[in-house]
Amino acid sequence: MNWTWFHRLASPPHVYAFAQRWTRWFGGAAALAMLIALYGGLLLAPPDYQQKDAFRMVYVHAPGAWLSLMIYTTMAVAAAVGLIWRMKVAHAAAAACAPVGAWFTVVALGTGMLWGKPMWGAYWVWDPRLTSELVLLFLYLGYMGLRAGIEDPAKADKASAVLAVVGVVNVPIIKFSVEWWNSLHQTPTVMQMGKPKMDGDMLWPLLLMFVAFALYFVAVLLTRLRAELLRRERNASWIREVVA
Amino acid sequence: MKTSALAAARLVALRDLRLAFRKPSQLLQPLMFFMIVATLFPLSLSPEMSRLRDAAPGVLWIGALLSSLLALEFLFREDAVDGTLEQFALSGQSLTWMLFAKTCTHWLITGVPLALIAPVAAAALGVPGEAMWGVVASLALGSFAMSLVGSISAGLTLGARRGGVLLSLLTLPLAVPILIFGARATELAITGGNIAPPMYLLGAIAMLGVTLAPLAAAAAVRIGLE
Repeated sequence: MNWTWFHRLASPPHVYAFAQRWTRWFGGAAALAMLIALYGGLLLAPPDYQQKDAFRMVYVHAPGAWLSLMIYTTMAVAAAVGLIWRMKVAHAAAAACAPVGAWFTVVALGTGMLWGKPMWGAYWVWDPRLTSELVLLFLYLGYMGLRAGIEDPAKADKASAVLAVVGVVNVPIIKFSVEWWNSLHQTPTVMQMGKPKMDGDMLWPLLLMFVAFALYFVAVLLTRLRAELLRRERNASWIREVVA
Repeated sequence: MKTSALAAARLVALRDLRLAFRKPSQLLQPLMFFMIVATLFPLSLSPEMSRLRDAAPGVLWIGALLSSLLALEFLFREDAVDGTLEQFALSGQSLTWMLFAKTCTHWLITGVPLALIAPVAAAALGVPGEAMWGVVASLALGSFAMSLVGSISAGLTLGARRGGVLLSLLTLPLAVPILIFGARATELAITGGNIAPPMYLLGAIAMLGVTLAPLAAAAAVRIGLE
């Protein structure tokens, strides 16, 4: 197998140029997918037989929650790559992931609260799913706090990477909490073996919205990664060529 | 002749025990803190025994978590400041084993005494006498798991300024399962239920901690020493 692509990922100028080239494509695709998914979800999909139109909150809530977990996993993988192969770009990518992931966690919690008020009668219940998502937010905050608390950037990279890898234990707990504990939060209706328990007209905008959120995440990640590389490599000669 | 990893771990444990008994005030502080927290609840909640008994598992566990956070400060910091940890890392011995010994000793001198004085606080909160074994057992096992989880974050915050606040921010999210199952075991002990299921889960967390935490702590300490 040819590993050149992997080795080139270790080179900041290469990654910077790649990010510069692809950000707008990912951003454009995200915007397009989001518009179509919004149209499909808000106008085309039929109202739920029980929740009526309120179920449409799912089009922001569920993709946000999936992304919060996916970004944490991405961050932990990047951190592990940084630790194992001592790749500076991987550490920069992990650092760029954290605020985006924390923000998606806030989105999932916030939309969940708005959705919970009419459906459950309360903004917040101490249910395992909600609590473990809140713990995920604290993990993100701890990661960013540790990064900010250590002055030496190389040391901050490595220490926060160990924390990110250790925190991965929480990801399966959140993912399966709804199935392990019988709680108020509904069980998964999309991500399951066999046929999803959701009508096709409702389902495709949801899946498309998930794709849109993921594309948006990549676009934001590439932008943040560029900023991170500029800051870290500010003394390198290639920066002068790129910025000039 | 080269000292074996286990012998080195034993020496580390003996050294930490000896140091701990030379500075008893450091041992007593977290215990006093725990007792004070337990005393503050009847003052703020209500002196009614029935209400206190309902709140007792939460009070005991929050007190235990906070006091073990306080004690975690002593786990590595002094040895990092005076260069002992650096000598450990350079000694050619397995840092993982030595830190595991340190963590176990730390539990012996903080977690075990805490579990042993917990019945006093529990009795003051109206916990019946027959529940005491459950209270002691759950706190002893829980504080062991807590020491292991805490050894990772204590290692990670070695390089940070203002380590104290950061230490709690890093430790508490990881300690949530310990709190859930531990408080559940204490509650079952008080209400006369079967405490075995949450104790098994607590034991599983502790075992996971035994296998993984010393490795992560050693990696963290090495980073902190660089």
